[in-house]
Amino acid sequence: MGKIIELKKVNKWFDKFQVLKDIDLEVAPQEKIVICGPSGSGKSTLIRCINRLEEHQQGNIVVDGTELAENTKNIEKIRAEVGMVFQQFNLFPHLSILDNCTLAPIWVKKLPKKEAEEVAMKNLTRVQIDDQALKFPGQLSGGQQQRAAIARALCMEPKIMLFDEPTSALDPEMIKEVLDVMVDLAKGGMTMIVVTHEMGFAKEVADYMIFMDEGKIVERAKTKEFFENPKSDRTKLFLSQIL
Amino acid sequence: MNLIAKPSKENLKTYAPIGLFLVSLSILDVFINAFFNFNLMAFLPSQLSYFLPLILGFIGFYLIRIEFSGVRFLDILNKNINSNNFNALLTLFTIFIIIKSIPPMLDWFILEANFLGNSKDDCTGDGACWVFIKVWFNRFMYGLYPDAEQWRINTAFLILFAIVGVSFFVSEKLKKYFVLFLVFVFPFLGIKLISGGSFGLEYVESAAWGGLSLTFIISAFAILFCFPIGVILALGRRSSLPAIRYISIGFIELWRGVPLITVLFMSAVMFPMFLPDGTFIDKLIRVLIAITLFEAAYMAEVVRGGLQALPKGQYEAAKSLGMGYWRMNALIILPQALKLVIPGIANTLLALVKDTPLIFVVGLMELAGMIGLAKTNPKWLGMAMEGYVFAGLVFWVICYAMSRYSQNLEKN
Repeated sequence: MGKIIELKKVNKWFDKFQVLKDIDLEVAPQEKIVICGPSGSGKSTLIRCINRLEEHQQGNIVVDGTELAENTKNIEKIRAEVGMVFQQFNLFPHLSILDNCTLAPIWVKKLPKKEAEEVAMKNLTRVQIDDQALKFPGQLSGGQQQRAAIARALCMEPKIMLFDEPTSALDPEMIKEVLDVMVDLAKGGMTMIVVTHEMGFAKEVADYMIFMDEGKIVERAKTKEFFENPKSDRTKLFLSQIL
Repeated sequence: MNLIAKPSKENLKTYAPIGLFLVSLSILDVFINAFFNFNLMAFLPSQLSYFLPLILGFIGFYLIRIEFSGVRFLDILNKNINSNNFNALLTLFTIFIIIKSIPPMLDWFILEANFLGNSKDDCTGDGACWVFIKVWFNRFMYGLYPDAEQWRINTAFLILFAIVGVSFFVSEKLKKYFVLFLVFVFPFLGIKLISGGSFGLEYVESAAWGGLSLTFIISAFAILFCFPIGVILALGRRSSLPAIRYISIGFIELWRGVPLITVLFMSAVMFPMFLPDGTFIDKLIRVLIAITLFEAAYMAEVVRGGLQALPKGQYEAAKSLGMGYWRMNALIILPQALKLVIPGIANTLLALVKDTPLIFVVGLMELAGMIGLAKTNPKWLGMAMEGYVFAGLVFWVICYAMSRYSQNLEKN
């Protein structure tokens, strides 16, 4: 099967500090990958490199057949195909939830307004906040905001979804409603890369687990094997602390 | 030693009336003294009678300072203006100063002022000579613009007000066209109407323009152009392209570092020397460009403040949806940033309006300039006070209206 994301020997520095070291990663369409690791291990930076919110300095990143390089038009095209959900939701506070969802389809994909609104309502229904469509982000709970953010990303009909610790900023009781949406999305066949500490979620949906530490991929394994029989000591230590 | 009990709820019935009476008496004394020149307490030794209102008021306020009196009026009074001895004194002083200053103000502005007549000799009273404003009113509004052609200025402004007025009542969709017309077409149409030179209109050179209408013309044009230039400079200053960033920084710091009066002087006197022979740019246009660029530099810094206040996540979210630089700024960043800095923008624009009188250094005379000219007229010497009070009043009305409008914008 062809690969939709390919990273080869990717290196990245913040000034002198190396955050990513020789990262190799391949993702096939419809694969779900969960990345975990201690804070500062470079996992957020890694997925932010995939839609070039961060620039890598060495190596190649190819997303859906397009190499990420200086060419800004390519980058915008890739970004339109790669949805991203942030820890802090990052909804646009000056727009209603519906407008949040229709803005990019109208202005980037050039959908007619009516069509964009239909797509938006379909996705808002999917994350079960269609009744909040005309409210503003500030009027919603954290869980609702994060679901709205997922719907906003889905409205661009992306081929890949990146999740950067989507439940870390939520109250415990709201985590489940967001994870349920993500599970539903995974079952629908979306290609997903998720940075999270929610191991229950990982066990349920992930095809592969990736464990990162100090900018390196320490272990990559099938989910079952990863949890039952981790190879490296560092992974064992991490799992013993988190589970 | 409790000869006089501390004011409290128990003795409310006796203390409150006495206290209120004393406070009223002290205020009444000052009032009668100020308005009728009659001293109620004249029978007392002069020094005592001078301080008596203060002493009486102070004792009165002390007596009514009863915590939790249960009387609403007293509680509000005590909480706001009588919470301790010092505040009671401040309250008394404030009341006395206000009362004392009303009669002379009334006298100067109205009672002793002159409204009728046509020359300085008609001003016989001790107060203001409003005849001066009346006689010169036309000049204060239109400057040296020929009387017969003033209908053109009136028409331009009437059209402006009419469009603005009507635009409040039309649908959102039409409103967009109204705004576009106002911003891109009307300014040039209006200027053509006022300057003339075609369509059978007599040409009126810009040196003859003046008065309040010139204040409006300059302010409107400068506001119209300095805003977009300021926004672009602000974006430029935060650009990731070094060339654009350094040009923006250089431009902003250059214009911010120079006093407006210098800029105006250079635009009018030095700039033409650098132009090739035979080219000529109207003085008013040069001044307009100078003011616009000057205020744009300030505007840029205000807008930059708003851009920096936005969380980084907003940029990232916009980018992650595939928006390019211009779409991101136009749809996501600027709407939020500009809303954050409405007070700062209003501040800059108010300063701009109040800076317009400085154009006198290049010989253009708007409202304050015309007043300065009129007061040096040999027939009207000594009218500076009336003139500048009038100018102050007009500027205050304009600026207060702008300020209220900006507060209104902020709320919506």
